[in-house]
Amino acid sequence: MTLLAVERMKLFSTRSPWWCSLIALALTVGFGALMAGTANTETPLTVAATQFGYTFGLVVIMVMAALAITTEYRFGTIRATFLAVPNRGKALLAKTAVVAILAGVLGELAAFGSWGIGKLIKPASDLALNTPYEWRAVAGVGLVYAVAAVIAVAVGVLVRHSAGAIALLLVYVQLVENLVSLIPRIGNDIHRWMPFTMSAKFITGDPDVTLRNINEGPPLADAGLSPWPALLYFAGFAVVMMVIALAVANRRDA
Amino acid sequence: MTTLLATERIKLFTTRSPWWSIVAALGLTIGFAGLVALNHSEGRPLQVEHSQFGIQFGLVVVLVMAALAVTTEYRFSTIRATFQAVPNRSAVLVAKTAVVAVLAAVIGEIAAFGSWTVTRVIAGGPEMAIATGADVRMVAGVGLVYALAAVIAVAVGTLVRQSAGAISILLIWPLLVENLVQLIPGAGPHIHDWMPFVNAERFLNPPEFTTPPIGPWGSLAYLAGVAAALFAAAMVAVNRRDA
Amino acid sequence: MRATIGRMIEASGLTKHYGRTVAVDNLSFTVSEGRVTGFLGPNGAGKSTTMRMILGLDRPTSGDVRIDGEHYRDLRQPLRTVGALLDAKWVHPNRSARAHLSWLATSNKLPGTAVDEVLDLVGLTSVARKNAGGFSLGMSQRLGIAAALLGDPKVLLFDEPVNGLDPEGILWIRRFMHRLAEEGRTVFVSSHLLSEMSQTAQDLVVIGRGKLIYQGTVGDFIAHATENSVLVRSPELGRLAEVLSAEGAKLSQDGDGLQVSGMDSAEVGELAAAARITLHELSNHAGSLEQAFIQLTGGTVEYQAATEEGPTA
Repeated sequence: MTLLAVERMKLFSTRSPWWCSLIALALTVGFGALMAGTANTETPLTVAATQFGYTFGLVVIMVMAALAITTEYRFGTIRATFLAVPNRGKALLAKTAVVAILAGVLGELAAFGSWGIGKLIKPASDLALNTPYEWRAVAGVGLVYAVAAVIAVAVGVLVRHSAGAIALLLVYVQLVENLVSLIPRIGNDIHRWMPFTMSAKFITGDPDVTLRNINEGPPLADAGLSPWPALLYFAGFAVVMMVIALAVANRRDA
Repeated sequence: MTTLLATERIKLFTTRSPWWSIVAALGLTIGFAGLVALNHSEGRPLQVEHSQFGIQFGLVVVLVMAALAVTTEYRFSTIRATFQAVPNRSAVLVAKTAVVAVLAAVIGEIAAFGSWTVTRVIAGGPEMAIATGADVRMVAGVGLVYALAAVIAVAVGTLVRQSAGAISILLIWPLLVENLVQLIPGAGPHIHDWMPFVNAERFLNPPEFTTPPIGPWGSLAYLAGVAAALFAAAMVAVNRRDA
Repeated sequence: MRATIGRMIEASGLTKHYGRTVAVDNLSFTVSEGRVTGFLGPNGAGKSTTMRMILGLDRPTSGDVRIDGEHYRDLRQPLRTVGALLDAKWVHPNRSARAHLSWLATSNKLPGTAVDEVLDLVGLTSVARKNAGGFSLGMSQRLGIAAALLGDPKVLLFDEPVNGLDPEGILWIRRFMHRLAEEGRTVFVSSHLLSEMSQTAQDLVVIGRGKLIYQGTVGDFIAHATENSVLVRSPELGRLAEVLSAEGAKLSQDGDGLQVSGMDSAEVGELAAAARITLHELSNHAGSLEQAFIQLTGGTVEYQAATEEGPTA
């Protein structure tokens, strides 16, 4: 518990988490407002449409989570951390927990904020959260952000450089997972089992909650599992990354 | 100017980052071309454009490399040593941008022709020949796009002065923002048409996809215009600010 | 008195604001050619900011500073005129010492041999191919000095060059400064340690809270700032004051006594005896260099005028 408090103080006593939190919320909710403001009869505002901007928050959260650890290496404070708490696994897990909780909270704020602003701008549209799919599309965002934050912290521990970790994370999430599907024959099968495809499936999948024409929404996640197992798969990937990161951090000189 | 170019060349190549970038950019693009070629099905012969599927990998690496070329100067305060040696800041920025852009162009050409060669060797049919003007544009044009992307990245790096921030912006913008704007009902597709990296992609697309509004070369000119505007902003900022 | 010697660095009305904080406040001073001038002030007094403005890195909010009559930004190949070491860590950690010097040399069209020469001069030849990131502070400092000397400049600026160095390193830097001065170069070196300056500098520019406190020779500064004062009490204080000031002492009232500066207690006693004045107290108040410095810079008013006219009773 003390460790969590320590990591919480460390996180919030620097500026970057505040900035990232603000940017994540502003981008996501702002995009939600944009979607609501521009919705019309042909492309009505749906619950899922309020959440089209959740990827903005996702990438910013991952940057924030990676920075939470890489800046410790950058400024050498990781040594002070390990001097204060020689059990590195504990120290890193505490940090991961704090970052993941923040990410989860931000995810819920972003999702319900986007949904709320949609309701505000287009009170007439049907934005009631009735089905499990609709609940997942909104309330699920926090879970995805939290798991993504764990992955980002793990990558941060492994890479130790802000620039490298951020580049790796963003390029992987936004490019690699998409481009693999261009590989003939096997590409789609690989794509179906990639972690962030799984996370997208959890938010948007089964059945299609967008209720939109294919041209007016993001392509549906074509993942190999149904939504909840997909989230578990995503979380499992995060756990594996974290275990590798902890093992490496314990073996390395700080 | 030649002196400054030589200076910036030394600076760039005496750190590890350009070497990593070259290896990563070429490895990813050409490697991906190999993957595509190895897995293609006999019934559907590969075209020239199929050899260039991985070109975006090289693009993001170039963006990161170019941004780091300037943000690391701020990070380690060597920018001060630079301005101490050469107080004409505009000249420094022009020289640095030129060196980085040339390197980006070379990486682009090697990546594109390398990808094409690998594809041709593994799974090439007669369709893989670079026959038309469009074929030339799709392959040789990669260097141009990389060079302009490098100018954009140097400009953003100069404006932001911070590796993490600059890289986040430079990756999130083309990979996410430009895609998501499409979803805005009504105006989305029109905004999308005028996104810089969308135009970069259009310039490198086969004729049947180089849709309006301005055609492939118009798209390239537009990208160059965006790069020039950002570069001008960076010039103003670098001259105004304290180093 | 030194009108024949050129003014190498000339600051006039130099002012720098960072938001609402005033880092440098209407600072005017000159640095004379061929001399070592110490730039003295406590931490945070604005020394580094001033040096950055001299080098054209920071733009003055108002005022102006010139080197040999020119703005730094107008120098074509500045490293040939001015060498500077503001911060030894302004080096890319993954770049070798030689590469660092090479790009600097190239930027000012200096011959490649210059790199080897300065490396040799500062004793870094054996580690020239090692990355600068792995250097100790002393080695980084030497690399910084090598960079400063690359263009064989006639003016050199050093910001706190001995900070954090071990005694050996300090001695090395000190010797180096002397050597540079002997070669006839103009050296402007900052420090927050007066004792350090008294060992290396001939002239002093002293600032506190961004303002000029003193400009002149080290000797004068020490004489003025560290004058031992003598406290005398006497029933004939008025007559004593006349006698002492006639002999050139500076006096100030201190309760029912007089603070006398400019002569020691023996002189005061002898003058009093010669004039047949009874003394009730005659005691020495020795001021230390550092104390005086703290006094001068702590209060930070226009002390320059005060020292020149002398405190009056």
